[in-house]
Amino acid sequence: MSLSVDIEKRLGDFRLRVRFECENGITGLLGASGCGKSYTLKCIAGIERPDRGRIELDGRVLFDSDSRVNLKPQERRVGYLFQNYALFPNMTVRQNILCGLHRERDKAKRERALSEAIQMFQLGGLENHKPHQLSGGQQQRVALARILVNRPELLMLDEPFSALDTHLRLRLQIEMLSVLRRYGRPALMVTHSRDEAYRMCDAIAVMTDGMLQAPEQTKRLFASPRTVTAAVLTGCKNITPARKVGENRLLAPEWGVTLETALPVPDGVTHVGIRAHYFGPRVAQNRFPVVFAGDMEEPFEWVLEFRYADQKPDSQAIWWRIPKEKRPQPVPGALGIAPINVLPLIDAERQ
Amino acid sequence: MLEQLSSVDWYPLWNSLRIAAIASLLVFFLGILCAYYVARLPRAVKGVLDVVLTLPMVLPPTVCGYFLLLLVGVKRPLGMLLNSLGFKFVMTWYGGILAALVVAFPLMYRTARGAFESFDKTLAYSGQTLGLSNTYIFWRIRMPACRQGILAGFVLAFARALGEYGATSMLIGYTPGRTATISTTVYQLYRTNDDAGALFWVLVNLAISAVVLLAVNMLEARQKKAVIK
Repeated sequence: MSLSVDIEKRLGDFRLRVRFECENGITGLLGASGCGKSYTLKCIAGIERPDRGRIELDGRVLFDSDSRVNLKPQERRVGYLFQNYALFPNMTVRQNILCGLHRERDKAKRERALSEAIQMFQLGGLENHKPHQLSGGQQQRVALARILVNRPELLMLDEPFSALDTHLRLRLQIEMLSVLRRYGRPALMVTHSRDEAYRMCDAIAVMTDGMLQAPEQTKRLFASPRTVTAAVLTGCKNITPARKVGENRLLAPEWGVTLETALPVPDGVTHVGIRAHYFGPRVAQNRFPVVFAGDMEEPFEWVLEFRYADQKPDSQAIWWRIPKEKRPQPVPGALGIAPINVLPLIDAERQ
Repeated sequence: MLEQLSSVDWYPLWNSLRIAAIASLLVFFLGILCAYYVARLPRAVKGVLDVVLTLPMVLPPTVCGYFLLLLVGVKRPLGMLLNSLGFKFVMTWYGGILAALVVAFPLMYRTARGAFESFDKTLAYSGQTLGLSNTYIFWRIRMPACRQGILAGFVLAFARALGEYGATSMLIGYTPGRTATISTTVYQLYRTNDDAGALFWVLVNLAISAVVLLAVNMLEARQKKAVIK
């Protein structure tokens, strides 16, 4: 079971260039809004048509500009969960799910599949409700049921949790995760939330301005993002230009410090990133004097702003995030960073 | 009074109703068809077609009637062709259908297009990815979702067709018992100093219009309720 996508599309000034492969499991497309994530899904579903390229699902060619193959969305067998769930407003829950079962000609089998889906998605008692009578979470379950009874060979989720309240989101993510594990085929999930991507996805491909970087294992991407984009999207708050000045040494001119890394610095490094959690008042390595500039209280943490003693005054202050109970009083005069937490980064766009 | 009523020639009412019914039925399908296809055309083509299809709404109906005479007049190529096939649109009651159709079409077309444009495209897309045919999606998902707008367009087109005067009088004139409609009758009776007769047909027209407007208002109220839900 695998999906391979290699497509190009020009839309005015915007250029979409997407090339990736994925296997079973959940692959996340992580990027800011308007970077072309949803458009990519639409191309795979056959709703939009790329200018050039090839899309293949389990050896089945869905689109190929060279041999002029362009299957209709109806023939692709790709499930698409829209951001607003796209339930048919004039139909009941039952009728909506039956729309996914239209290929099943045998009435008894159809009814059985329907009642199985209603049970599996905890929709009992809601069969005759219209979509507008359902909560956001129930709507999502109906939409997912409607798609899965259709037995798609690929499942695509477009920002599936963005229409939900925060407190519901986590609950539904857990629910969806168990559904997707049972589904056992490739799934693509578009999101702009790093938390969502981390919780749900086995691998993540980062996208900026229409360019998709190759998918990486989620844990590895978060532990050591290689590009500036990946670092920003995985939530790295402190990024500054840097250059390699030794096998394991990086100079950050704006910060006025030279940082030691755990692994050899790769060639072509343009930036260095430090996550806001990774500073420590008692860490001995990469320890430099700091001047505090301000603080901000969050529900469980403090965000402290500081500059290095030799930092350029007009450059952006650095963020240090620390759990409330660990905030030192008074603030320390110097902070250190463990070398493993110094992230050498490459500005992929400039290449 | 009753005696007077029984002596009234009801032909104009019957003729107006059949012309309006047939014309608005044709306009219903034509308008929806054009709205559906025009909405999917490239922008430039869409702009031009839109102007052409909406023109009868802003042109004086007599001008529309004049154009129709140019097109299907008995001495015009198309008119002669139709004549040889047994269709004569000039001075016949069914010529009134053509006149009403042209004038009422833009109302149906524009309201249907507005309804289609506000239709949530993801509904159609999700239907397609589920493997539902485009025909099924059109009739079972798109049309029900746009129902209120399309019905309102139909009612407006029907009302316009019923009240058509300008193009109708140009194309089919006024022959009592043959091409007379309510609106041409009112004018004819007024012109011949039959004030009572003209007033009677005015009242008939008022009654029909009131019913139509009531229907429109009820539709709009239902639409609002649906939105609040």
